[in-house]
Amino acid sequence: MLTGENIVQLVSGLLHWAYAQAGISSLAGVIDPIISAVVMFGFIAVFVMFLVWMERKVSAHMQSRIGPNRVGPLGLLQTVADAIKLTIKEDVKPVNRDKVPYFIAPIVAFVATFMGMVVIPFDKGVVVQDLNVGILYIIAITGFTVIAILTAGWSSNNKYALLGGFRSAAQIISYEVSLVLSVVPIIMITGTLSLSGIVEYQKQAGYWFILPQIVAFLIFITSATAEANRAPFDIPEAESELIGGFHTEYSGVKFAMFFLGEYIAVVVSSAVAVTLFLGGWLPLPYLDFLHIPGFVWFLAKLLLVIYLIMAFRWTFPRLRVDQLMDFGWKVLIPISIINILATAVVWFCLYGKGAQ
Amino acid sequence: MIETVLFYILAAALIGFGLMVITRTNPIASAMAMVGAFAGLAGLYAMLNARFLSIIQILVYAGGIMVLVIFVIMLLNLEPEDLQRMRAKGFVVLLALIGVGAAIVSPMLFCVIPNKDWANGSVSPEFGSMASVGAKMFADHLFPFEILSLVLLTAVVGALVLAKRKL
Amino acid sequence: MNSIPLVHFLYLAAMLFGVGVFGVLARKNAISVLMGIELMLNAVNINFLAFARYWNWNSLTGPVFVVFVITIAAAEAAVALAIIISIYRHLRTANVDDAHYLRG
Repeated sequence: MLTGENIVQLVSGLLHWAYAQAGISSLAGVIDPIISAVVMFGFIAVFVMFLVWMERKVSAHMQSRIGPNRVGPLGLLQTVADAIKLTIKEDVKPVNRDKVPYFIAPIVAFVATFMGMVVIPFDKGVVVQDLNVGILYIIAITGFTVIAILTAGWSSNNKYALLGGFRSAAQIISYEVSLVLSVVPIIMITGTLSLSGIVEYQKQAGYWFILPQIVAFLIFITSATAEANRAPFDIPEAESELIGGFHTEYSGVKFAMFFLGEYIAVVVSSAVAVTLFLGGWLPLPYLDFLHIPGFVWFLAKLLLVIYLIMAFRWTFPRLRVDQLMDFGWKVLIPISIINILATAVVWFCLYGKGAQ
Repeated sequence: MIETVLFYILAAALIGFGLMVITRTNPIASAMAMVGAFAGLAGLYAMLNARFLSIIQILVYAGGIMVLVIFVIMLLNLEPEDLQRMRAKGFVVLLALIGVGAAIVSPMLFCVIPNKDWANGSVSPEFGSMASVGAKMFADHLFPFEILSLVLLTAVVGALVLAKRKL
Repeated sequence: MNSIPLVHFLYLAAMLFGVGVFGVLARKNAISVLMGIELMLNAVNINFLAFARYWNWNSLTGPVFVVFVITIAAAEAAVALAIIISIYRHLRTANVDDAHYLRG
């Protein structure tokens, strides 16, 4: 039977045979993670290109347009053409920029979000590094994007960029609180921080956490959308107010890095949402007999959640800054705290003790 | 072997970033170097089997404290005259300080520690994990933990009172 | 892991502490002074963890203490930055040398 785990075992078996032939078996502990990270990078690059195409198609559909349809079948190669255009474009730099931070910021923004993908389990055993503090790691490592965006806005030496950076930092810090608080009930129930462990718990429990934790799921999706600076929470780069926000002064490859970073952030938070609330690689109930590999289920759920986030963008108007802050601090955070307390009470009444 | 190399790379990066923090006149550059130093520290903690703490280090310092510091630096918009270069001849003073520190620390390093059996035993996989640290904290150190929450509350209120223009 | 002696961690911590002390003493800018203090706190954390790992690996007091130190550092940074903003508002400067109203 074809499962993700079998594929991984096959590939790693082949690799170890190749190491033995080349006489570098002792270095396997170093080479293996590098190879899996490179594979993940390739996957992410292709997937993000697909997502950009998908976003344009979704928006076109919602606005009764056709969308890209010239380059390749259904316009699928449009993103490739855009990427080539961005890389060969002239890199326009402001004269009065802060040189080193200006150079580092896009790299940090890209790498920090990409590092989050490392702990996402695509199937049972198909994960670059299964940390036992997976969720905490993702929350921590994506915190670097705040610093990247702030320094990008500052070093551009442009008032719009600086305003965008400030707004973005305030927004990400505020919504990070509700994001973390919405994850806490899941951790309380499962008693583990490992993403694979949470999926295994859902397998044993027989239900997905979206059922008992629908409130947490809604808070998580909202906060994740805000964390990724996407509409309707896109005031950091509101075109009509701030030109382009923190990446106003970036062009060419550096702009592409911010752009990619934003999409990878969407992928990471959607993948976490799928793992926590939608059962990760588990098949839909009563569809086990189809023997569809787990990673196909995972990708299908991932695309569903990403479609949801994309649909937000074209259905809601943009919030004002004060509305955004009020919504985060006065609505989402109290609700998530109440959710934590309610979960604790209910679980205590049901089982008489905490998670095992 | 790999771990040894990694340790020295991390240590060199840590000290290098630390020196950058205190020698750059541009405070943004200092703050960026500080973030690098914290990343190096997180790596060192992970090498010491304290994975939970290494994540906490990144979460609290890089995600929280340094964002706050960068925010304040940008908010104050310090003029270049506020950022005078250090009056002391940097590395001379630094070497002197390290010398003084070594003079204080070296008796401990060379006399006390070698006389004890500093066996580097194999730790259980649970060492430094979130579960074990949490169990220890809530079993043996519950009272300090509760006091800490009071300290944090006081700090929040104090920071608000200090920074607000009008109460 | 076995190949790195404990003393190397202690040397590293001592050097980092020295760098932090130097930053506190030599910089005039209050924010740089604060960053120097943070460096010193982190140097202490290395020592806690190294001793916990090498000496008594059944006791987790070292890591627990590091958690406490990080918490205190966060609280300290928040209050210190509020004080810096307050000083800047009154004196239009962030130099620690200029804030000497209480000098006799």
